[in-house]
Amino acid sequence: MAIFVNQSTKVIVQGLTGGQGKYHGLRNKAYGTQVVGGVTPGKGGTDVEGIPVFNSVAEAVAATGANASFIAVPPKAASAAILEAAAAGIAFIVCITEGIPAQDEAKVFNTLVRDYPKTRLLGPNCPGIISPGKCNIGITAGEIAELPKAGKKNVGIVSRSGTLTYQALYELKQRGIGVSTCVGIGGDPVPGTNFIDCLREFQNDPETDAIIMIGEIGGSAEEEAAEFIKANVTKPMSAYIAGVTAPAGKKMGHAGAIVSGGKGTAQGKMDALRAAGVKVGLNPTEAGDLMAEIIKSIS
Amino acid sequence: MDLFEYQGKQYFARFDIPVSPGGAADTVDEAVKVADASGYPVVVKAQVQVGGRGKAGGIKLANNAEETRFHANNILGMDIKGHVVKRVWVENASDIDEEYYASFTLDRAAKKHLLMLSAQGGVEIEEVAEKDPDAIIKLHIDPVDGLSAAAAHKAAVDAKIPAKALDGVAKILVQLYRCFTEGDCDLAEINPLILKPTGEVHALDAKVSLDDNADFRHPEWAEYRATEELDSREQLARTHGLQYIGLDGTVGIIANGAGLAMSTLDVVNQVGGTAANFLDIGGGANADVMAAALEVINFDEKVTSIFINIFGGITRGEEVAKGIVEALSRVTLKAPIVIRLDGTNAEEGRKILADAGIPESTLISKPTMLEAAHAAVALSKGK
Repeated sequence: MAIFVNQSTKVIVQGLTGGQGKYHGLRNKAYGTQVVGGVTPGKGGTDVEGIPVFNSVAEAVAATGANASFIAVPPKAASAAILEAAAAGIAFIVCITEGIPAQDEAKVFNTLVRDYPKTRLLGPNCPGIISPGKCNIGITAGEIAELPKAGKKNVGIVSRSGTLTYQALYELKQRGIGVSTCVGIGGDPVPGTNFIDCLREFQNDPETDAIIMIGEIGGSAEEEAAEFIKANVTKPMSAYIAGVTAPAGKKMGHAGAIVSGGKGTAQGKMDALRAAGVKVGLNPTEAGDLMAEIIKSIS
Repeated sequence: MDLFEYQGKQYFARFDIPVSPGGAADTVDEAVKVADASGYPVVVKAQVQVGGRGKAGGIKLANNAEETRFHANNILGMDIKGHVVKRVWVENASDIDEEYYASFTLDRAAKKHLLMLSAQGGVEIEEVAEKDPDAIIKLHIDPVDGLSAAAAHKAAVDAKIPAKALDGVAKILVQLYRCFTEGDCDLAEINPLILKPTGEVHALDAKVSLDDNADFRHPEWAEYRATEELDSREQLARTHGLQYIGLDGTVGIIANGAGLAMSTLDVVNQVGGTAANFLDIGGGANADVMAAALEVINFDEKVTSIFINIFGGITRGEEVAKGIVEALSRVTLKAPIVIRLDGTNAEEGRKILADAGIPESTLISKPTMLEAAHAAVALSKGK
């Protein structure tokens, strides 16, 4: 088991003929992901190293039976690409594009909720999702993800930051702890999938025994997650929040990472998570150590 | 990007939001000229991006050219909470009957636009929120539907805006919403929104924050960029296209990824040091980017040690190491480097660094983030 994606997920890459799409699409395929097609308007009928390219998502879906899409197109084109995938019936969309205007993002999110309620968007501005050994969509380096182990306790990861997601994968790999699924929800103000969506899935996933959550300053997603954890999550958790020392009023690299009007501080988020029973580390390594202790105690 | 008041007013004017006639001035003579053209009395307002200008003496009423000269002379060059006033906005002074508050933002939790409207304006809205929360109405707007004239009118009624100002306020709400959405604002705020004795409603102040991600479709923002308040380090970083934020500490930070960069700041702080900056070099981390990053850090005179924190994902350790070795051959550093290289092919990378013959006084390598932070902080304190 895994959440959102597994070995039968069939992926098309929107922007497969572009630099990012080609590089990461081929890496995902090499990892073992079923990358069944690409979409670039005007380049239908060609192929990228044997992967057929189509003019539209609808054509690609009709020809390949794809149920997931990996969007790697520039910010100007990303909103239309997301809505095209949803309209073509794609159930799971991963958009790695960084730099989409917040107004566009808010519009796309609300359009999906209203017109395509069965479509789940992961991202934008996220590293993607990996279910080690089964499916890797996005830019995560597959080799740093430890395979889940039958008969042992495995961990689910959900994170707002790319490099800290890798860091979390790496911390677990070094300790030999398997990963069920690792989801990067992205650092933008309006993510398609939030912490709660992932926590709910992890709670219901029989392969996931414990959860690591990595948050950062800005917004109130961690506080809302803490409320959800208190009421719904029985699996043990560790967490880390980046940005304790971030100055107020500055966007720290991610569009959504900003403390404004005294709200969205790391301290407030850590307090909320601790109150929900989550073990909070003061750096990523400490969160890894705490998870190792958790695994030991439940094994 | 935060706009100055005068830029916010100019931006409002693009969306037909009524503002007072006036203009910006960098010198006393210019201020008098603008005042003459706007009509007396005028208000001379310091243009700084910090609250409390009025209390600091940065907003003054002038009844004639002589008074304008006097106040502009005092205000230009004034230091308001560390911000030096380089420009004033001079506008025709308005008679005020009533003051209201209006703003649009994105409510991230609700994932909808949020209108906040109050019949109590002219004071800090946080104060109103605390003392009399019912005096502020909050209306969520679905970005797909937008804000209709009818909904704006109802919001004004709900906020207990008096009947004589209802139409004017509702009209400005629709205009301000257009400014917020089409103008790609993170925040569009009018405080105070005033009712004049003549019955007109108009914006007496403007607080606008623009969404940097929308820069590509707003060529008109170039003039705002030119006046952005950046320190010299931030300016240099911008010419290199680096994600850099200047801070006050002594440990220069270079990391790949925004999350890891934030985390690096935190860890340095945890072990008793202070970070000089936030710098995310992204996934690439090749020699050009690394050299540019080191150049920017090197320019900061407060920096006494440098902490390079790299986690190789797609970017492999040996590529990063080669980039650093090459960058070091191009930039002569004033402070020693502590590097933590981890992730994919980190061993190979560390070997390249070890074999490059770089003296320990220039670069030392530590296996974990925490150990590297300890070393960098110790070096920053001259230990």
